[in-house]
Amino acid sequence: MKPAPFDYVAPASIEDACAHLAEAGGGATVLAGGQTLMPLLNLRMSQPFILVDINNIAALKGVSRAGGNTRIGPMTRQFEGLTSPVLAAHLPVLVQALRHVGHYQTRNRGTIGGSIALGEPAAEMPATAVALGASIEIRSSRGTRRVPAAEFYLGPYMTVLEPDELVTAIEFPDWPLGHITLFREVAQRPGDFALVGLVGALVVDAGKITRAGLAWFGMGPTPVKARQAEAALLGQTPDALDVEAIAALAVADTAPFDDHHASAEYRRTVGRRIFSRSLREALGRKEAA
Amino acid sequence: MSNHGIELTINGRRFAGSVEARMSLSDFLRTEAGYTGVHVGCEHGVCGACTVIVDGKAVRSCLMLAVQANGAAVTTVEGLAAADGTLHPAQQAMRDEHGLQCGFCTPGVLMTMAAMTAGDTKPSEASLLAALSGHICRCTGYQGIRRAAQHLAGERA
Repeated sequence: MKPAPFDYVAPASIEDACAHLAEAGGGATVLAGGQTLMPLLNLRMSQPFILVDINNIAALKGVSRAGGNTRIGPMTRQFEGLTSPVLAAHLPVLVQALRHVGHYQTRNRGTIGGSIALGEPAAEMPATAVALGASIEIRSSRGTRRVPAAEFYLGPYMTVLEPDELVTAIEFPDWPLGHITLFREVAQRPGDFALVGLVGALVVDAGKITRAGLAWFGMGPTPVKARQAEAALLGQTPDALDVEAIAALAVADTAPFDDHHASAEYRRTVGRRIFSRSLREALGRKEAA
Repeated sequence: MSNHGIELTINGRRFAGSVEARMSLSDFLRTEAGYTGVHVGCEHGVCGACTVIVDGKAVRSCLMLAVQANGAAVTTVEGLAAADGTLHPAQQAMRDEHGLQCGFCTPGVLMTMAAMTAGDTKPSEASLLAALSGHICRCTGYQGIRRAAQHLAGERA
């Protein structure tokens, strides 16, 4: 239960961090909050030659507003996100989701960017980024690129990040103030990864749904955008839409696994149930009999 | 396999040493600094026994490298009671309510309680219990710990 030996550097700038990653030629791992990486090191499931600790890079910390976007520095700790007035106003569902990330003690150290970059399929942050249409800013010594969150995840713990690349920001487009949010997850115990979870936002304008962003976690090898349900919601009147039909469409986009916690069938059943309940609640409609 | 000089404050005392990069803060506190009140259970962040306070925040010391604590102020369970032996309110509440049996998880539980009540903060019972869900106790069935938390929240006389 002790990590294999490794070298350690803690650069103070993004440029230096990228230089270390490039130099290591794939042998480096980035250390952010460490709340997932440290267990993997302790269990020797991860054995990097060198850890590049980004905790000393001030440019990677904090939440800001820029050009109608909310920009989250990846080293923003989860507890900081929970008390950020900017996030509370502009991304309330992200704050709701953060309450379910790990425990009080791990949120004191764990970071928003770490969770996003890692790509655990049952985690809240990646699905939130996918649901709200965030983009991931990625830097390396070769340059900067932006990837939509919906294209960032390739599989469990697999992303489009190259070994020499570093996530330097997560940018969320604006949702109008006061938009409707949806968040629900089913987990065996508080702080556990979700068996099934749903996160999203809706905008109702002049009595019609004009914008919808919805994603699942724990329902496939990556966060899953509920594209069919999003499309079906657009233009609908909240009081008239067929909640059960849209819940069925939402589940149709998923690809859950059987594992020792729950079967795929169970996840689909629970998913459909939490989807229809969350949608009714969000739209202020009564529970079906 | 790099070595690093670190200097930090543990329970108000300066401590300097050299650590291998891979050494966890929990192992450093126990084996190098001698604070064996830091209990190491699962070593992967699940059980909460190793919880300490780093710069005012309760964290899992098995999920942090010792080298990352360079310059930090760390408090372990040994730093809770006053110099004259007067128990910290969290310790007193756990004692009064029989919040422990074997005591293995207790130092971690106390550090979470201490962090949440630092500076005479009165957390709600709900938020204390939510934070305590980050600790596993295999003896008590949690009811004594829960009552101690209620004391600290001021919701039990």
